[in-house]
Amino acid sequence: MTSVRRTSLLAAAALSVAAFVAPAAAQVTLLNVSYDPTRELYVDFNAAFAAHWQQTSGQTITINQSHGGSGSQARAVIDGLDVDVVTLALEADINAIVNNSGKIAADWRTRLPNNSAPYTSTIVFLVRQGNPKNILDWGDLVRDDVEVITPNPKTSGGARWNFLAAWAWANREFGGDEAQVTDYVREVYAHVPVLDTAARGSTTTFVERGIGDVLLAWENEAFLALEELDPGAFEIVVPSISILAEPPVAVVDGNVDRRGTREAAQAYLEYLYTPEGQEIAAANFYRPSNTGGLPAEALERFPALDLITIDDPLFGGWAEAQPRFFADGGVFDQIYQ
Amino acid sequence: MAEATPPKHSARDVTTEGPVVRVVLIAIALAFAALVLILPLIVVFTEAFDGGLGTYFASLSQPDARSAIRLTLIVAAISVPANVVFGLAASWAIAKFEFWGKSFLTTLIDLPFSVSPVISGLVYVLLFGAQGIFGGWLDAHDIDIIFALPGIILATIFVTFPFVARELIPLMQEQGTEEEEAAVSLGASGWKTFLFVTLPNVKWALLYGVLLCNARAMGEFGAVSVVSGKIRGMTNTMPLQVEILYNEYNSTAAFALASLLALLALLTLALKTVLEWRFGDRITGANGH
Amino acid sequence: MTRAIFPALKRPSAIPGFGLALGFTLTYLSLIVLIPLAALVLRSAALGPAEFWQLVTSPRTLNALRVSFVCSLIAASINVVFGFVMAWVLVRYRFPGRRFVDAVVDLPFALPTAVAGIALTALYSRNGWIGSLIEPNGIRIAYTQAGIVVALTFIGLPFAVRTVQPVLEDIRRDLEEAAATLGASRAQTFLRVILPALVPAILTGFALALARAIGEYGSVIFIAGGRRDTEFAPLLIITRLEEFNYSAATAIGVAMLVISFIILLTINLIQAWSRRRFGSG
Repeated sequence: MTSVRRTSLLAAAALSVAAFVAPAAAQVTLLNVSYDPTRELYVDFNAAFAAHWQQTSGQTITINQSHGGSGSQARAVIDGLDVDVVTLALEADINAIVNNSGKIAADWRTRLPNNSAPYTSTIVFLVRQGNPKNILDWGDLVRDDVEVITPNPKTSGGARWNFLAAWAWANREFGGDEAQVTDYVREVYAHVPVLDTAARGSTTTFVERGIGDVLLAWENEAFLALEELDPGAFEIVVPSISILAEPPVAVVDGNVDRRGTREAAQAYLEYLYTPEGQEIAAANFYRPSNTGGLPAEALERFPALDLITIDDPLFGGWAEAQPRFFADGGVFDQIYQ
Repeated sequence: MAEATPPKHSARDVTTEGPVVRVVLIAIALAFAALVLILPLIVVFTEAFDGGLGTYFASLSQPDARSAIRLTLIVAAISVPANVVFGLAASWAIAKFEFWGKSFLTTLIDLPFSVSPVISGLVYVLLFGAQGIFGGWLDAHDIDIIFALPGIILATIFVTFPFVARELIPLMQEQGTEEEEAAVSLGASGWKTFLFVTLPNVKWALLYGVLLCNARAMGEFGAVSVVSGKIRGMTNTMPLQVEILYNEYNSTAAFALASLLALLALLTLALKTVLEWRFGDRITGANGH
Repeated sequence: MTRAIFPALKRPSAIPGFGLALGFTLTYLSLIVLIPLAALVLRSAALGPAEFWQLVTSPRTLNALRVSFVCSLIAASINVVFGFVMAWVLVRYRFPGRRFVDAVVDLPFALPTAVAGIALTALYSRNGWIGSLIEPNGIRIAYTQAGIVVALTFIGLPFAVRTVQPVLEDIRRDLEEAAATLGASRAQTFLRVILPALVPAILTGFALALARAIGEYGSVIFIAGGRRDTEFAPLLIITRLEEFNYSAATAIGVAMLVISFIILLTINLIQAWSRRRFGSG
């Protein structure tokens, strides 16, 4: 009986290995490594691009997706994940790949329009229906009765935008007194009962598990929860100030040249900037970077608000902000012990 | 091990407790088993069928779910036989021969049991990751280990390493070497002796070890999650896909896939129990293990 | 070949195949287990003692090790008590469902940890079956250290039951009868005759459950949440890896390896002591 079992196991192994390997050779495959909340966006976009690519080049293309905290994903690429394009949450994570693996050329930001950010987003509050805790702005997050859900800025890109948006509000509120700003942000994290490693985990904690009073969320993630996960259970609160998040994209030069996929990878990212790509982004609640040619109703859901950028002197761009706030022993490590 | 002689209870029996104590202890044991063991199992199936049968089967036939199931089968189909071969070789060497350092070797074989699964994954990243010891060489030769099938298999073999060997070693030690020596003195070759004398003596223990090894191989999470890269449809095993679905608000689909793994666990337990009842004496030595 | 090289290290035997079997065993063991573990130790050695010590004793690492250790200790203690009751009941009493309970004790061995993790989280979170009962009373289990203890209790239970069970089966009933005949009450017999014979098995079960719990990741990750006060050591290793901080991940890994070895050594000592005292393990 044992030998029968072993033989059939081996046969199963041989068969399934064959099944596993065979389809890869017949067509072009791309691997897009992205951050957490873009799953739905790229499911839609990949289907559209595959149809487009089939039409223009005649090739069948399969695009695989990998999602996780933006920092974690960058680490996986540095560690050798064989990826063609990265679509991450912030510039600093792509820079980490540039600096630690050399697989992306240093001038990557200039190779696509809008600093290689095909869509933008911002950070808003998601609260429970009727806003029972009456949370209106950043100052309300540190009230005694409020629990805040946000992920870990060390591993999540969205969490870093959350942190900086809170910092920007406090900076304005306290007239630039850094000690008070730091105290405020420390206080916010003292109200966090669950610090997930990525944005999706935080949304699950808030939406599915019912923990916390307010979720600091990507705007797109908040809309997704609002309109698709559990309609009628949540409300979006737009704070008085937030941050302009520019999630960038780049071709991983070292890998596409070796795999011979540069042409397809380049076309894939460029397609994001076309009206079709921009409309898919808007439909998935990302703010298009190029609104030309988009119907007005695709844009009307995005509220206008006061947005600070990472290049504001307060932060000095990612090259300065990343080590100052999020490196080992940086501001976040000091306030969150 | 499973069936000791049933104790005889009578009112006068001085080697048991009063009826009240007995009932209370049984109640505590049953309540604890229900709370800790049974309830989580029930939750898995309740949540899996939350959306009805249609949703259940639709979740399982998703391409990503199917590829996760296939990957899990491949990983088990390679790592379990590898550990069977190792288990047989190790137990042959340890049980049939006396040599220096034997007990140290036995301890080393048990080592993976006491290492955190996360560390089991970490060590391969340190060896084969792009920043690891062999990373540059592997990259230059275009060989993928981490974030690909070989890494997942290696990590799985590591965590399931001792399962077969530790079932076979005590049993083969207890069976001694007389039968093998007789076969050899009658002119049988080493392979023949192994195939026709040793193997039949340990077949039930081997099956038992394979069963446990397979359950762990298909269910391993920590080690595999470190080396997988979590590419949907490519390097997600079933447990990793469960995590991804769960984090995607798709908790019904997560539990649907989890219910397959739970079924596997129940099947493993059932087979294991049957083996223990029917062949208990031929699986473990008299002392247990 | 091996036989030719180490003639004095092996007792002569009529059975062939020693060289092949041992050679294969050592090669496979080295490739799969020893060399990878050596890579971990080497990597940490490259850090230098000062940096290594600083990483291991950083407040966050110490906190994570403490969370892992304390929660594992509590879970192992719970398991020792209830595992003993279960082993006792399964060996000594007959009741309907006994065989079912006996079989299901091994569920945590067979059920994948991720499945256990999501099931326990679903049970104990605010809108779960148990969570919805206790949270209105101000008791929170999911996403607290209590949640970690719950998961580790699940994982460790079979160790506590299965180490005690066979020893309990082997205890000679005539000793209990003799004690009773000599006038001992049932409680006295239990405390003076039965319990001492079970102590090594109970300690072994405790140590095994502890060892397993300290390294556990899959079942805990879902229910722990990731606050600083629920950050357990394996999670911190993963977080450090994801933060691209290999040095810290390696240092914590080595610290955990050392803890595991100490527990393993303790188990071996308990068993050696038990063999000396009681004749068999």
